[in-house]
Amino acid sequence: MRIELEKRPGASRLFSLLSPVIAFALTVVFGAIMFLALGKDPLEALYQFFIWPLFDVWSLHELMIKAAPLIMIAVGLSVCYRSNIWNIGAEGQFTVGAIVGSIVPVYFYQWSSPLLLPIMLLMGIAGGALYAGIPALLKNYFNTNEILTSLMLVYVAQLFLDWLVRGPWRNPEGYNFPQTRDFVDAAMLPEMMASGRAHYGFALAILAALAVWFMMRFTLKGFEVNVIGQSQRAGRFAGFSSRRMVWFCFLLSGGLAGLAGISEISGALGYLQPQISPGYGFTAIIVAFLGRLNPLGAIVAGLVLALTYIGGEGVQFTMGVSDKVTRVFQGMLLFFVLSCDTLILYKVRVIFAGKSSEAPPGQPVEEKAS
Amino acid sequence: MIVEAILLTIITASTPLVLAAIGELVCERAGVLNLGVEGMMVMGAVGAFTAAHATGSPWIGMMAGMITGAVFSLLFGFLTLTLVANQVATGLALTILGQGLSAMIGEGLVGRPGVKMPSLDIPVLSDIPVIGPLLFDQDIFFYLSIAIVAGVSWFLFKTRRGLVLRSVGDNHASAHALGINVIGIRYLAVMFGGACAGLAGAQLSLVYTPQWSENMAAGRGWIALALVVFASWRPLGVLVGGYLFGAVTIGQLHAQAFGIAVPSQFLSALPYVVTVLVLVIISQNRRMTLINTPASLGKSFVPDR
Repeated sequence: MRIELEKRPGASRLFSLLSPVIAFALTVVFGAIMFLALGKDPLEALYQFFIWPLFDVWSLHELMIKAAPLIMIAVGLSVCYRSNIWNIGAEGQFTVGAIVGSIVPVYFYQWSSPLLLPIMLLMGIAGGALYAGIPALLKNYFNTNEILTSLMLVYVAQLFLDWLVRGPWRNPEGYNFPQTRDFVDAAMLPEMMASGRAHYGFALAILAALAVWFMMRFTLKGFEVNVIGQSQRAGRFAGFSSRRMVWFCFLLSGGLAGLAGISEISGALGYLQPQISPGYGFTAIIVAFLGRLNPLGAIVAGLVLALTYIGGEGVQFTMGVSDKVTRVFQGMLLFFVLSCDTLILYKVRVIFAGKSSEAPPGQPVEEKAS
Repeated sequence: MIVEAILLTIITASTPLVLAAIGELVCERAGVLNLGVEGMMVMGAVGAFTAAHATGSPWIGMMAGMITGAVFSLLFGFLTLTLVANQVATGLALTILGQGLSAMIGEGLVGRPGVKMPSLDIPVLSDIPVIGPLLFDQDIFFYLSIAIVAGVSWFLFKTRRGLVLRSVGDNHASAHALGINVIGIRYLAVMFGGACAGLAGAQLSLVYTPQWSENMAAGRGWIALALVVFASWRPLGVLVGGYLFGAVTIGQLHAQAFGIAVPSQFLSALPYVVTVLVLVIISQNRRMTLINTPASLGKSFVPDR
């Protein structure tokens, strides 16, 4: 058996909409097989994982809380990946955004003012953007691979946070727990609805997605991103600077990751602790691809991936399945998304042994006709 | 004797880096950029630990680790070579999936006693003072890492097949035109990389810390990727770089043990910071990196029919 690809004359519109759906369906099928292998009733497990959280007010709020950072980060990453710039250190930019955004409420812990929250959010954005600026700078001036540098900086940021909350920022009244002082109310993102704890971070995420979508769709900058992404040479001929594009993409995605970091702290947690993210920065990479590198797609994809977090907690609680299934589901989903994307540009033919490799008659004609 | 003890730990810390990096080097020389080293390593580690735990034999564990890595890398190969998926994204997917799967498989094994790979004492040679115990009383992984680096070096630059592999990485279109099976060779290279990463993982769970803990690769897979750049795609460079990074890792551990007045987190960050700095220094020399970088690295190939 052999698989052959035949290039389509153009990208298939049908499959660019359908491929994420197929990918999700395949993930569910393989998820069922996995639950079966774990000795659990697959239907019950899938129901608990994907359906039940949608009919529970508490989980819907949790869904929005988890989706907010995923969407914010993925929107920025979509722009990066579209222009073929590989920032995979969003987890670190998230962490630094959380740290820098927390400077004011940690040092001036008694100060309460309506200005506090905007200051924190802006500092969070600045922190994330500056941290993302390091791989951008190194790429532009030293030709350093941004994949490796941005990733290495994740470990550095996490260790720095660990040092801060165990050392200089530790709450002196916190019974030696490694965490900072609780933030004052004015430093907290308010809840959106009376029914639960979902905070305005989700609204910020939607706003960010809309803004970036508008930029990509209607502005010259968005056009530039797409041209450089499709062909660096074409971009150069058009007079677009790929160096400026590296700066733009890293600062934008880093800023959004930083915003996600400080929103998570001021919305969901209320203080800094050694662990502030269940891998949002890496999961957002999946969100970006599942959303077809489109900011609006990232909203849907962010909700889907948030559901895997909630569902994972759910099956752990109700069925005693390890919460590690979350990560496995996420990994599988990315695999299937990437393999289904092949359908957009190629026709896939499975050829069974014995047949010749020549195309069946009629096939080439069909291609010319379209 | 403390120097000897430190040197011994450096060798143990460097071996997995060298193993993972030499596998990735072959893969990249064939034009495939597999960012899933970290994922293949943890899969190898959990495969090796599980098998060794079940059978009591570290040797079976080692084989299992190697096979796990190779089989796991086939997922990457299928996506990037057969379905021409983006290599960067697929490599990340491999790492994410590997971390999840290994954590799930190994969950029941946390805290279980491991099986340690014994060291192989080479008679006579190991009696040489100082270098004897260092070089000739090591575990099999150390000997293997040296042998694989030497073998790869010989294969790539002294054999016809090595030339073919490099040509596939440098210009896949020409290689294809010459009748070389580009995809087939890339599959083999990817699997070799997976087997080496699996071995590196096995070393972690059978020698370095003979037990299982989640995410025990701790970024070593990424450092191995950086090592390939550091080595500018030459096998000997991988060996030198691997030992350099092993020394940094061990140096920071010993510094912590001596209670040096720097917060332990800063010392732990050292290997990553050093990696970034070294990458900067190496990459700055554009001409040198360009000479050896496989020209087709990271580019998908679809044979025209």
